[in-house]
Amino acid sequence: MNREEILSKINEIFQDAFDDDSLEISESTTANDIEGWDSLMQMNLIEMIEDEFEFQFTMDEVAALKNVGSIVDIVASHV
Amino acid sequence: MDCFNYPLDTKTLRRKRAKIYRELSEKPGLIEKKVAVLGGSTTNDVVDMLSIFLLNHGIKASFYQSEYGQYWQDAMFGSPELDAMNPDIIYIHTSWRNITDFPQMDMDKSTVDDLLENQYQHFEAMWTALEEKFHCPIIQNNFDRPNYRLMGNRDIWDYRGRSNFISRLNQRFYDYANNHTGFYINDIDYLAQDYGLSQWNDAKYWHMYKCAMNMDAIPYVAQSVASIIKSIYGRNKKVLALDLDNTLWGGIVGDDGVEGIAIGPEVPAGQVYAEFQSYCKNLKDIGVVLAIDSKNDEANAIAGLNHPDGILRPDDFVSIKANWNPKDLNLSQMASELTLGVDSFVFADDNPAEREIVHSQLGVETPAMDGAENYIKVLDHGGYFEVTNFSGEDMKKTQMYHAKAEAKKAQAAFADYGQYLDSLDMTAYITGFEPIMIQRVAQLTNKSNQFNLTTLRCSEDDIRQMQDGGKHICMAGKLVDKFADNGIVTVVAGEIEGSIVDIKLWLMSCRVLKRGMEDLMMNEFVSRCKEKGVGKIVAHYYPTAKNSMVKDFYGDYGFTLENEDEAGNRTYSINVADYEQKPVHINL
Repeated sequence: MNREEILSKINEIFQDAFDDDSLEISESTTANDIEGWDSLMQMNLIEMIEDEFEFQFTMDEVAALKNVGSIVDIVASHV
Repeated sequence: MDCFNYPLDTKTLRRKRAKIYRELSEKPGLIEKKVAVLGGSTTNDVVDMLSIFLLNHGIKASFYQSEYGQYWQDAMFGSPELDAMNPDIIYIHTSWRNITDFPQMDMDKSTVDDLLENQYQHFEAMWTALEEKFHCPIIQNNFDRPNYRLMGNRDIWDYRGRSNFISRLNQRFYDYANNHTGFYINDIDYLAQDYGLSQWNDAKYWHMYKCAMNMDAIPYVAQSVASIIKSIYGRNKKVLALDLDNTLWGGIVGDDGVEGIAIGPEVPAGQVYAEFQSYCKNLKDIGVVLAIDSKNDEANAIAGLNHPDGILRPDDFVSIKANWNPKDLNLSQMASELTLGVDSFVFADDNPAEREIVHSQLGVETPAMDGAENYIKVLDHGGYFEVTNFSGEDMKKTQMYHAKAEAKKAQAAFADYGQYLDSLDMTAYITGFEPIMIQRVAQLTNKSNQFNLTTLRCSEDDIRQMQDGGKHICMAGKLVDKFADNGIVTVVAGEIEGSIVDIKLWLMSCRVLKRGMEDLMMNEFVSRCKEKGVGKIVAHYYPTAKNSMVKDFYGDYGFTLENEDEAGNRTYSINVADYEQKPVHINL
């Protein structure tokens, strides 16, 4: 799976999580760009990404997340 | 929705939560409840999941959540928000992480006993404070097993072991539950074991999110709490409708003959089905009613149920529909014969196509009964028949439904309805809300939907307050006939204000419909009004999706319709002196 495919699947997850089908994210999107992306939503997003790509984040990986691009990095290293 | 049935589709529940919430919120007939979640850990995710599980049971909840870890402070010292909310239900979401002091290896037994008492009192003081303030049901997590066993196997039996300590603390919780109505344990100890303890205790979730357990397990926690809440509010399932071939026995009785079906101790397949039949028979003991909905010739069905190695017998079922009609049709007929809604049914069938038809036509729950070895697990994990209040009446349900069917048959033989009623040898006992009846009376206010004028749901405390407050005329009616003791079947309460009484509560169990019990109750109610010097009775009918049968109830007794609003809410009144006694066929 290349980065674009991963990003596209993550985009779908964001649409479900925020219940907004028009939501479009990019690798540079951060928590500041989306209303409602707080620490609680972050927990949920990580769970959903784990469900989708069938691996578990380590604590270090979660701690190092900066933006959507860094999520794609971690997913790419697992799948 | 399928994601709510066992095994839970946790992925969909998480991913589509917002959408599921939106869709279920739009269903008609939701009841609204206020739920306070007092947490010893992060509770947002629990609340998110609980909200959709409750919606799936028809309950739209609004929530209060304590600030992180503030469960005890909120309970003991109050919070303005919590006090203002005045919750209908309180759920205390704590775990072993909230035990503040564990035994040390150098402690002697009596020191550990003191420690245990301290930890326990911390909780009991909280329950007492909540009970005094809010008078509402409390749901309390027990403790799950901790993340390690310092002494290995010895940890569970040595008084210094954390495992042993937690097990003893749990036992104290259960003792409290046994002695307090309206207090319920949410068994996360079981949930953790069932989920897999190592996964449940994945420390990442505590250290990163202060979440007491693996987030993936939270839907199971929410399902469990929702099962308790829906049961308290009378939304349990009542009937288990079963298929026969490959559901209650292996093979097809019509093809294989009674000798050819697998049931009983001889072969593994037979043992599996016998165990399932035993489970169904046990369900009867908690008040679940069994029925058969099967494509079969009736004679074959009965022969199969009389198999010498079978556990269930034909008279264990209140209705046996073995024919070639579509199963959804059988089921809806059964529902109307038993005067129950189809939403009271669970349909168990090994055939996914039959399940699909029944589910899509009637919206009935159809658990995924795949593989006979999984039947018990699938039904047991569904939480359909969660027991919160258990009364002696529950054990006699099947008998009562049988009596009702018998009475219907007997009715056919009489020309005159009054003569038929006389033949039933009915005796009624009308009393106030005596202490011993409180539980049953509260249960009736929460369970009765059809013959219920105001659909006022009451807790046991509400009932007690009506009885003891001195402002109410309270009447509970019990009916015995030659077929059965029907127990308490009708509840009436009117609030007295000066010379006027306002009927707040009038309900009757449909199992004694058309017996004249309501006439007797009205005669008696009016008599009591006279005794108390009441001159005028005010009464109400509030329509719901299910109570149209009593729309004209008060009109039929000569009450005058004073007012009807756009929603169909009606107010009636009558002068006590104008009431004409109804003839009855019941001895008092």
